[in-house]
Amino acid sequence: MSMNEQYASAVGGANELKEGRSMEAYTDLAGTDHAEVSKDRTREKTVGKPLLESAKMSTRNVKVFYDDKQVLFDVNLDIGANEVIAMIGPSGCGKSTFLRCLNRMNDTIDSCRVEGDLTLDGQNIYDPKLDVVPLRARVGMVFQKPNPFPKSIYDNVAYGPRIHGLVDHRAELDEVVETSLKRAGLWEEVKDRLHQPGTGLSGGQQQRLCIARTIAVSPEVILMDEPCSALDPIATARIEELIAELSENFTIAIVTHSMQQAARVSSRTAYFHLGKLIEVNDTEVVFTNPQHKLTEAYITGRFG
Amino acid sequence: MNNSTNSTMSRVEKTLARRYRAEKRFRVYGLLSILFGLACLAILFTDIISKGHSAFLQTRIQLTVELDPEELEIDDPTDPDQIRGGYYQGVIRDALAERFPEVDGRSAKRALNALVSDGAVYQLQDELRDDPALLGQEVSLWLLADDDVDTYVKSRREGQAFAGMLGEDQVQWIESLIASDDLRTQLNTTFFTASDSREPEQAGIAGAALGSLLTLLVTLVLSFPIGVAAAIYLEEYAPKNRVTELIEVNINNLAAVPSIIFGLLGLAIFINWFGMPRSVPLVGGLVLTLMTLPTIIISSRAAIKSVPPSIREAALGIGASRMQMVLHHVLPLAMPGMLTGTIIGMAQALGETAPLLMIGMVAFIVDLPAGVTDPATVLPVQIFLWSDSPERAFVERTSAAIMVLLAFLILMNTLAIWLRKRLERRW
Ligand SMILES: Nc1ncnc2c1ncn2[C@@H]1O[C@H](COP(=O)(O)OP(=O)(O)O)[C@@H](O)[C@H]1O
Ligand SMILES: [Mg+2]
Repeated sequence: MSMNEQYASAVGGANELKEGRSMEAYTDLAGTDHAEVSKDRTREKTVGKPLLESAKMSTRNVKVFYDDKQVLFDVNLDIGANEVIAMIGPSGCGKSTFLRCLNRMNDTIDSCRVEGDLTLDGQNIYDPKLDVVPLRARVGMVFQKPNPFPKSIYDNVAYGPRIHGLVDHRAELDEVVETSLKRAGLWEEVKDRLHQPGTGLSGGQQQRLCIARTIAVSPEVILMDEPCSALDPIATARIEELIAELSENFTIAIVTHSMQQAARVSSRTAYFHLGKLIEVNDTEVVFTNPQHKLTEAYITGRFG
Repeated sequence: MNNSTNSTMSRVEKTLARRYRAEKRFRVYGLLSILFGLACLAILFTDIISKGHSAFLQTRIQLTVELDPEELEIDDPTDPDQIRGGYYQGVIRDALAERFPEVDGRSAKRALNALVSDGAVYQLQDELRDDPALLGQEVSLWLLADDDVDTYVKSRREGQAFAGMLGEDQVQWIESLIASDDLRTQLNTTFFTASDSREPEQAGIAGAALGSLLTLLVTLVLSFPIGVAAAIYLEEYAPKNRVTELIEVNINNLAAVPSIIFGLLGLAIFINWFGMPRSVPLVGGLVLTLMTLPTIIISSRAAIKSVPPSIREAALGIGASRMQMVLHHVLPLAMPGMLTGTIIGMAQALGETAPLLMIGMVAFIVDLPAGVTDPATVLPVQIFLWSDSPERAFVERTSAAIMVLLAFLILMNTLAIWLRKRLERRW
């Protein structure tokens, strides 16, 4: 990819932005502001192509603080519709924190403060007037540790549609539960014991149940924070297959500590390092021809 | 080299023996403390039960009573007013005179009449109300004996007869009744159905138990929702800052405040300021609410804290509002802990005496309370009152009331354990 193309794509992405602060990011990325970059190390530019022509979600100059400790520095990243984007990086680099910004799960942590512009379909998700409830229905989340509710399998999946009032009667709910479980690849295993507790399933089944629970409210984006880290290789393979199937209908952002997993499931990969977004590129490029020396060091296993 | 290992080993062995001895001693000390505790408990229980068990029996005297309409001054036995106004004392006296025709003279007759309790008239009243056809007939009835007779009969059975206030002739009459099988002890239902009375044989714990129930009801209705709401607010909503820290510290302090202080507070606020009546379950419940709230808040907060954060995240992550998260997930999971705390708080409240004395629940109350604004007393106060009474028959009733109170406490604690086992879920 030539420098020109990169520039063009960056401009393309940035053109859609309206606020002045975002233009700054674009100047940074376009590389016309070298003097300032060298002055301020925290605004080192992300290599690769973090910005897209049309983005489902976009983040500009995202800074996150826990109390006074800054853990994310000016993250600019676009997530395209129906793509699977993987976020990798050494632990503690802020992947989870970034992911949790995308559906405002960080709101639940008192000490956490988020700055910058984050949009979903062009709408600012940190708008004080915006309600997080519909946002989280649109941007669902699957967590690191499978966390089914201590309720029946059926009630786990039915919970979202119920609280959001997505169904009018029982038959409709039954159908949503069935299709969600089918799409999560769990239906065949649990169809005879829908009313047994979800906590009685195996780890991998529990995680698929959590995925079914998330997709039951038909979100547009699914955030996954190391969804396989607590699972065995076979369950992991199932989830990875599932992610590939789900990507047809959903936009997926997945944090993973396994580079193989990132390589297998994602189309784009973002590499974070100490709170900075170092490199974003097509997954193939990141793993075969990383452009930043930190990325290279990470994927060749020099730290992790 | 070999030598040195040998000497190390022998030295270690020496200390080993000492260590084992120390360990053994340590275990023995632990065992001794447990045995000491158990022994105290056993002594307490045997003392209470040995003193109190006899209160569950009651002496009755069989007499053939003629329900003479004229003597009773009743001509229409279906009229409740007449039944209530009947002169039953007379027919009982006649029956006694008939059973002991040899008794003559005023004082002797009074002594004879004193064998039967004043409460026997109510027995006749009930008989007649239940079956009006008995009017004019002769019926054989087991009438309630006076408490002195009761005490004598019970102590006599245990080998050392205690006559107390009874005269020699009275003792003879009792012996004669025993000899003719006209005196027996049977289950003391009065103890469970009657309120307090000056006459031990007519005194029961129903009034105090009902008073306790009403008081606890008020306490529960107020302290459970308030305590749970406070706990939820503090755990789920309150920002962590100086103010909430101060509140937290003060709630913990409140739990350590002596209960009598709450009584004084209740007296000052509810009675003197709000002008609520004294001695009623409503005020008692309010005071005990103040006392139990800290317990409930602290245990509810612990229960809420123990709900894993992953469940909260799961709920919020799917778009539940904070309230939905709390109501649908946190509360059901925290409920066993909250209920356990509440029941333990209620058990404390049930046994509490001091604050209730301050608000006048120490009064002598003969009627069963019909509501939370009727004067009432509670079980522990009843125990306190009886323990202070001079009649020997109240001694056994005091112990029996303690047994009832302990039974309630054990029941409540068992319920707490059962609930915890029952509702406990794993995640
Ligand atoms: N709740 C929190 N309070 C304070 N610091 C936190 C909190 N969560 C994460 N951090 C800090 O933020 C940094 C990024 O954490 P995280 O996003 O979890 O990293 P990753 O998921 O990449 O391992 C770490 O240094 C971590 O210590
Ligand atoms: Mg993480």
